[in-house]
Amino acid sequence: MKKLPDKNGHFGIFGGRYAAETLMSALLDLEKVYLKARADRSFQKEFDYYLRQYAGRPTPLYFARRLTKALNGAKIYLKREDLNHTGSHKINNTLGQALLARKMGKKKVIAETGAGQHGVATATVAALFGMECKIFMGEEDIRRQAPNVFRMKILGAEVVPVKSGTATLKDAMNEAMRYWVSSVRDTFYIIGTTAGPHPYPVMVRNFQSVIGRETKRQIKKEARRNPDILVACVGGGSNSLGMFYPFVDEKKIKMFGVEAAGHGLHTREHSASINAGAVGVLHGNKTYVLQDAHGQVRDAYSIAAGLDYPGVGPEHAYFHSKKKVKYVTVTDKEAIDAFSFLSRQEGIIPAMESAHALAYTMKIAPKMSKNTIIIVCLSGRGDKDAQIIAERGDR
Amino acid sequence: MTTRIGKKFNELQAQKEKALIIYLTAGDPSLETTKKLVLALEKAGADILEIGVPFSDPTADGPVIQEAAQRSLKTGTTLAGVLQLIAELRKISQIPIVLFGYFNPIFAYGTEKFARDAARAGVDGVLVVDLPPEEAPELKKHTDAAGIDFISLIAPTTGAQRAKKIAATATGFLYYISITGVTGTAAPKLGGIKADLKKIRKISSLPIAVGFGISRPEQAQQIGRLADGIVAGSALVKLIAENGGKAELLKIVSDYAGRMKKAIKYI
Repeated sequence: MKKLPDKNGHFGIFGGRYAAETLMSALLDLEKVYLKARADRSFQKEFDYYLRQYAGRPTPLYFARRLTKALNGAKIYLKREDLNHTGSHKINNTLGQALLARKMGKKKVIAETGAGQHGVATATVAALFGMECKIFMGEEDIRRQAPNVFRMKILGAEVVPVKSGTATLKDAMNEAMRYWVSSVRDTFYIIGTTAGPHPYPVMVRNFQSVIGRETKRQIKKEARRNPDILVACVGGGSNSLGMFYPFVDEKKIKMFGVEAAGHGLHTREHSASINAGAVGVLHGNKTYVLQDAHGQVRDAYSIAAGLDYPGVGPEHAYFHSKKKVKYVTVTDKEAIDAFSFLSRQEGIIPAMESAHALAYTMKIAPKMSKNTIIIVCLSGRGDKDAQIIAERGDR
Repeated sequence: MTTRIGKKFNELQAQKEKALIIYLTAGDPSLETTKKLVLALEKAGADILEIGVPFSDPTADGPVIQEAAQRSLKTGTTLAGVLQLIAELRKISQIPIVLFGYFNPIFAYGTEKFARDAARAGVDGVLVVDLPPEEAPELKKHTDAAGIDFISLIAPTTGAQRAKKIAATATGFLYYISITGVTGTAAPKLGGIKADLKKIRKISSLPIAVGFGISRPEQAQQIGRLADGIVAGSALVKLIAENGGKAELLKIVSDYAGRMKKAIKYI
């Protein structure tokens, strides 16, 4: 299973490079540089250095004692990606891509962002390496994730508001791609998730795999065995693939990718591309896409801005087709309940995205034996979501 | 087999004329209007029409064509509806027609069925902006079989080796993208186009059309001297947007096409 993608970036029928001709040479160059860097020990050493000394890795694998007790079932561990510098797993990938940009001699970087976590992580590495930085963000997301917009500006990035469509992540990505088409000669596009045209899905997955590799080592030390279950939220799918990928060849581990059901799958207001979408082509790759019968992409919805995307990384689509990972859904309401529950049980405020993974865990853990080990990828911290909770006025 | 596109270029070359290729988004403001616009444009001197199939996420298009796609989708335009429009046009017009768009609506329609239905409707070529040669076979095998030209793009960023590969499988004509950018967002630079077209001439005998940033007759004339045809899109779509509801829409659009054709006719 580890041999994929093939040389054109296909995972079975998924993935690929459905990109405008103007971008093709940049994508081919990037692939070449990336493959070389991947095999280059000095690049890996430099990447590891920044992950350790700058991002603060390894992140703890924390046994959630009170949560476990309250649910009265499986043992729950949290992989604390929220403790990374900038507050989420996104920094793992932006450090990797910024090092590649430097290798390619590009002094300008751009990125799309939904929740603002990837935007902040990109603005951060741009400051770190002295690069010019533009972040494309939907107007609706600018409104609901205001704290992150301020952070990006403090870090010296320009935040470009995107008005088209529903003014969320999909539209931000459209606009970033358009800008990249016109600036491709001197600009590096740091895509924040395991989507986009090849080589982005494989590259982002590999940069994020540090999550799963550490987890594997940590749980071996702690419990002297592999976990039974892994749970992570899936928007584009970078924290989940980072967590799952190092475990894909372990036959006994069950993996759950949690999609956002928003107001419910029976409504049109959700982001469950795998559970409720169809195969299509969006943003450079073939994958599951929320769309109508005529191939027009539908707007996604989730209370978690980082999950509010109508596509999903092509490798997830592949894992779904091979039944390697089970994709489930959690509604806004369930995620909010989990958000509050974890905050009060453990003193950890999770990102609303990560709260989806917790909510699913809260459903399954009580039914399991006390010997079962569940690891949840706590992909980010929830400070950014305080406003949303305050606006709802219910907690 | 030579399609209407090939025949048109042969005809024009025999008369030492350059092709005026006009882009418009189908269904903007309605399919009925598109039909009238096509006929008016043909009369005004357009040689080939590129009919845009609207898509929700047009990442290679600038604001003008994005908004046209949005307007069109709001009125319920579908690929099936566009094919039906072309079938109706074919009863009264033989102007070469290229369908221009993105892959997802075609993929959702079914690639094999699309090729069959498009040929039956009278489509002469397809240009799918997000289908580079690496991904093209899944559609091209069907359009080839149906006798539809597969128009390929060459960009200013396309290297020599790659251009060769693209030219080797292209049919109909080669479309050279005159700016490093999305449609209708910058003015092309003559020097770069000249050098690139010279290179492309060496590797292909197909006609070359240039487009993506041409809006004015002077530009059309300068670039027309170097190419076999020029494509005007955003400027015309803007005229349609501004005058969509007016009775004189057809006249305004025809005047524009007439000026563009005059600028490139014998140069």
